[in-house]
Amino acid sequence: MTTRAYAAARRTLSFRDKLFDVNWGLVMLITMIACVGFAMLYSVAGGSFHPWAAPQMIRFVIGIVILVGVATVDIRFWMSAAYPAYGVSLLLLLATTIMGKVGGLGAQRWLELGPLQIQPSELMKIALVLALARFLHGEAVEDLSKPQRLIIPVAMIGVPAVLVLMQPNLGTATILAADGASLLFLAGLSWWWILPTIGSAVAAVPVAWRFMHDYQKRRVMTFLNPASDALGAGWNISQAEIAVGSGGLAGKGFMQGTQSRLNFLPEKFTDFIWTVLGEEFGFVGCMAVLLLFAAVIYYGVRIAISSRSQFGRLLAFGITLNFFFYILINACMVMGLIPVVGIPMPLISYGGTAMLTVLFGFGLLMSVHVHRQVEIPRKAGGLI
Amino acid sequence: MPLFDRKDNSRYAKFTRRSIMVSGGMTAAFALIAGRLYQLQILEGNEFMTRAEENRVSQRLVAPPRGRILDRFGTELATNRRNYRVLIVAEQASQGIDEAIDTIGKLILLTDRQRERIKRDVASNKPFAPVPVVENLSWDEFARINLHLPYLPGVQPDVGETRDYPYGADLSHVLGYVASVSLEDKQNDDDPLLDLPGFRIGKRGIEKAFEYQIRGKAGDSRVEVNAYGRVIRELGRDSGTPGDDVYLTIDNQVQRFTAERLGSESAACTVLDVSNGDVVALVSSPGYDPNEFNVGVTPAEWQSLTTDDHKPLINKVTSGEYPPGSTFKPILAAACMDNGLENLQVNCSGSMALGNNVFHCWSWKKGGHGHVDLKRGIAVSCDIFFYEAARRLGIDVMHDAALTMGLGAKTGIEIPGERPGLIPSREWKLKRFGIPWQQGETLNTGIGQGYVTATPLQLATLAARIASGNAVHPRITRVVGRTPQPRPELTRLSFSDKAIQTVQAGMNMVTNEPGGTAYAWRITQPGFEMAGKTGTAQVRRITREDRATGRVGNANQPWNLREHALFIAYAPVQLPRYALGIIMEHGATPDHPHVQMARDILLYTQQRDPVKMRTAYPVNAADVGFMKMRG
Repeated sequence: MTTRAYAAARRTLSFRDKLFDVNWGLVMLITMIACVGFAMLYSVAGGSFHPWAAPQMIRFVIGIVILVGVATVDIRFWMSAAYPAYGVSLLLLLATTIMGKVGGLGAQRWLELGPLQIQPSELMKIALVLALARFLHGEAVEDLSKPQRLIIPVAMIGVPAVLVLMQPNLGTATILAADGASLLFLAGLSWWWILPTIGSAVAAVPVAWRFMHDYQKRRVMTFLNPASDALGAGWNISQAEIAVGSGGLAGKGFMQGTQSRLNFLPEKFTDFIWTVLGEEFGFVGCMAVLLLFAAVIYYGVRIAISSRSQFGRLLAFGITLNFFFYILINACMVMGLIPVVGIPMPLISYGGTAMLTVLFGFGLLMSVHVHRQVEIPRKAGGLI
Repeated sequence: MPLFDRKDNSRYAKFTRRSIMVSGGMTAAFALIAGRLYQLQILEGNEFMTRAEENRVSQRLVAPPRGRILDRFGTELATNRRNYRVLIVAEQASQGIDEAIDTIGKLILLTDRQRERIKRDVASNKPFAPVPVVENLSWDEFARINLHLPYLPGVQPDVGETRDYPYGADLSHVLGYVASVSLEDKQNDDDPLLDLPGFRIGKRGIEKAFEYQIRGKAGDSRVEVNAYGRVIRELGRDSGTPGDDVYLTIDNQVQRFTAERLGSESAACTVLDVSNGDVVALVSSPGYDPNEFNVGVTPAEWQSLTTDDHKPLINKVTSGEYPPGSTFKPILAAACMDNGLENLQVNCSGSMALGNNVFHCWSWKKGGHGHVDLKRGIAVSCDIFFYEAARRLGIDVMHDAALTMGLGAKTGIEIPGERPGLIPSREWKLKRFGIPWQQGETLNTGIGQGYVTATPLQLATLAARIASGNAVHPRITRVVGRTPQPRPELTRLSFSDKAIQTVQAGMNMVTNEPGGTAYAWRITQPGFEMAGKTGTAQVRRITREDRATGRVGNANQPWNLREHALFIAYAPVQLPRYALGIIMEHGATPDHPHVQMARDILLYTQQRDPVKMRTAYPVNAADVGFMKMRG
């Protein structure tokens, strides 16, 4: 029975067909955003491709190749790979927590595998979406909200989130939790769960405060009252705000940003690159990039809704949400709306792992698009 | 068997509904980001632009060149010298600071103290800030550093400016000196220049009195700095207003001659132009080298300057208050002339009694001066005559006469720290001691002893007033910047011409008639003769025991108890031009060295004949008229 069902659902597509079916408009959008990133990296290096723009371009090209490759791989392969990917990511995350090399801020985020330096928490963002999508694919709406069934996806989300939190990396943990919670919501979680959870989360804030690291507390305090640390972390936030604000309507012009050129901006080539954009291209430039982001998200949502499998829908939406949370957290953080948590701006900030995982994610999104007509029986989901 | 049951369809519908809700949430979040951008960039954009500009642009003060001080012929007395110095920038010194200092130490002498100071400065400054290694290098040393520059990474040769006093101690009490800004200086002056590292301000003399004019107005350099304070480039520069030059009335040649003539004695001398009060020379000896203060005086040097019993730091001309002794007598003589005592005659037997006291003439040993009239009283400086004159005039008349002659009040010279001296009066005595005036004190006052004190500058003024009959006020600056300095209008003294002429005749007898107290040291060159009046001031009172034991002669006293020797003079006798006041502390010896000094100085001054020399400073119409009149 199963074999027949698969055969019926399968639209056998050649590699050429699949390549033609890739949503090249979306690839164009992604490339445009990445080009904004190259320009900003060129600018913060004082008008030089070295040391940031050139490596970033190389990674982007590699990433696009990966994207197209991932897009042409059958969605069912990704479904079958979901749990192994999740398992490997979880092991790597554990390894990082146990023996990871101490990076900046005393956080254990990097794992060295031979010549490779990887951030398992980045991998986990994709793996979690894959695994949750697969699990939820097998869940009927009626079963989903049963406590004995719900415990599984909650654990799938909770374990990596807590591990990442222990690194400590509050930003990524937040994204993992937000991705997971959003997928549960999209899969049809009962409001009877949702509303009390939100309520208890609000109530848990004081408890969370006690378990936070000193530097995290400091960040929150600095965020609430930047003047309390006007020369330390508060200085960074206010310099970032000055950079964005001083851009005005049209910005100071390409490579004319004084805040970035004179090193008033912290981490200007990674997390705070949005402020360089704001300073040099102003409100117009920021809104243009924001619209590009919105267009990508719009494509993502459309791909999700048009997919004929629940796995595809959840995977596509999960990837899109992951991208969205990156943008939201980074923009809010560099513009002083939330505490500084160390989340890069996707496609724009300098950084290898983030660039490759984001493009890999878009590859999965594209695979959902290419294989949108593929129907997958519910039994293929679930735990097995 | 259906592949997909209805449950699937219902969850797809639910997914679509919820995805629209999530999309709505995402849209709201983007609206939040856009709103924040709008707030920062559009609503508060101008404010943030200002703050970014404040971040970027730093105003650095530029010290204006300090004004020069010149003598009346344009000789530079205080100027700015190129200061060859070597700086080091720590971050560029690739071989390390210690190594760099050692290398420099092989080229020029560096003491251990200097090495420690450099390391301390490097440690306390940002690595890109230049720290001075050595200053005031000679050209040779500077050239040596420049030659080896390729082997000295991080070392920067630099030419700064430093105050220079080419004539050193000769003018120390006129010019004063500049030194580092103290905390008190900053309290009274909010000029931001005072906060500049290494900035120097005038501490004494003309440098202090005209500090604001000489200092000039700060310029500023707008520089772009990065977050660490490093200067990236200069955006604009306003070099400020250079300080004003100050032209003095001093004739540097006379000044230096006077300083040389006083030598190492503890003495003070000033020469005035009697026609307008211009100070031609003003020397307090010993002086100090003002250049030392600029560089910084070591504690040992300071100790020796402050404990020296010749008091090199005190301007004795303006701040030294001495009993004028017999130089006070011409005032009494003038007062006698205008108070019905023009025919006063006294028979001096060496002493006179008043109540229980016996007052002695300085000639008591020789049995007195015999018959003495007013002119002869001045010529031989007969104490008995002036005791009698004082007794008849009374303290009130003497007090007024002394004030008319310029004593008992500050002359108003532009040098800070001037003392007023003291001419006692009945009111003063009562106020000061609560005791009424005693007649014995009148007699003491009459010979310039007791409470009377005067500065050498006042004594020179006295001489100038007698010489000219005008109320001469000494002034030492002529022009500041391009502004001629105001000077009080010359008025005739309230003494009658006859009184002045009689005193002049008496003072002429002092030097130019045999028997006069300074006859032996007169100017013999025809046309340059001087008139004068000698004086001695007791440092301690001569007691009856002293007279009995003969311990009166100065040679028998320790130096610091010997009498001060004073002399006032003017020259030439016909149409006087210059007046002089001199004091030699503890210098009263029979060969009158101070009169010899005065003689040489006055002769030299007259022979300079500055009338034919053009002044260097801008002269106004009044000056031109004055020059013509004199020419």
